[in-house]
Amino acid sequence: MKSIGGFGILVAASAIAPAPAHAHLVETGFGAFYDGIAHVAVTPADLLVVVALALLAGQRGTRAARHALFALPIAWFAGGIIGARWPAMAALPLLTTLSFAIAGALVALNASVRDLGVAALAVAAGLLHGLVNGATMAPAGSVGLALAGAVSAIFFVTALLSAEVTALPTGWSRIVVRVAGSWIAASGLLMFGWLVRSAG
Amino acid sequence: MRHPRARGASRIVVATILALVSAVASAHQESGQAAGFLAGLAHPVSGMDHVLAMIAVGLWGAVLGPPAIWVLPVAFPVVMAFGGLLGLLGIVLPGVEVGIAVSAIVLGAMVATEVRPPVALAAVIVAFFAIFHGHAHGRELPEGTSALLYSLGFVVATGLLHAVGIVLGVAHRWPAGRQLVRVAGGGVALAGLLFLWRAIA
Repeated sequence: MKSIGGFGILVAASAIAPAPAHAHLVETGFGAFYDGIAHVAVTPADLLVVVALALLAGQRGTRAARHALFALPIAWFAGGIIGARWPAMAALPLLTTLSFAIAGALVALNASVRDLGVAALAVAAGLLHGLVNGATMAPAGSVGLALAGAVSAIFFVTALLSAEVTALPTGWSRIVVRVAGSWIAASGLLMFGWLVRSAG
Repeated sequence: MRHPRARGASRIVVATILALVSAVASAHQESGQAAGFLAGLAHPVSGMDHVLAMIAVGLWGAVLGPPAIWVLPVAFPVVMAFGGLLGLLGIVLPGVEVGIAVSAIVLGAMVATEVRPPVALAAVIVAFFAIFHGHAHGRELPEGTSALLYSLGFVVATGLLHAVGIVLGVAHRWPAGRQLVRVAGGGVALAGLLFLWRAIA
């Protein structure tokens, strides 16, 4: 019992304690806007949460997809501005991992999340990942442009995926979406364990 | 006054030193991503015990038909990752290698004998063995690679092995194919016996 309590404290501390925000904004050579686009492509945690939320929104139908399409990028941008302003509070790998693991699990379960629930999830994930993005982009300068690039990529991926999933007929294609969700959730679980082990 | 040739030689020396002394790489790209994903992708196929058990899950799903054909591959990765989480956290699970070997025996036997339990029971059986497979993989996660991409590659490879089993299981629709699928299940079970012998010996 004592060890479980200690483990809980370790996990909570790891989740809250900010790790050093290692800058890893990719330099494409085309400017900050494109660096921001590339950043999403080469940051698996960001890409996975966007994909998972887009799949979830698509599963839940057109209205939910429309909510997510705007809620996620706007929240991401807002989080990015906050993260750039206060970068010290920003690297929370356990929480970002949990965010895409939860979104993936909801997709795998084909969970009946309401439209507003999807939007709330998109806002929470967007703020969290945007916060980390802002902090990592701040040292490279041109945060606004880089964030605009990242948010454009997120909008694009969300629009394409959620629209595709919304239009899918029932049957195998929708099962493939659920399988993709289970893979994302499973990757998140493994990553979570790796982070806790590293923190210990 | 220095000779021009000596001046040229010293410039070459300085240029060579500058070329060889690498600057601190303060920017920016995450390293080891591709390596991490490929390492994860290769990991499940590096052990025949894992490969056969994963394919047997797909085969059994195909034998059972809908909804088991997709419930098992959806459930397995998540439960396996939970086992991996236990392994990563250092939580000891006794008899992991024996559990993996028994998984091949049981799953292969299910395919060979065409046992058709309720979907929930089939999912519980598969999930039970998934914990052993995940635990073994969790302990083996290498240091220094991109953990998330390694995990993703690992999960994707596992899913693809299930898909191989499902595709092979399509043959179950035809009488000759049905016999082939059953033989394949028997082969997995026999291989499981060999794995068990190795694990115990």
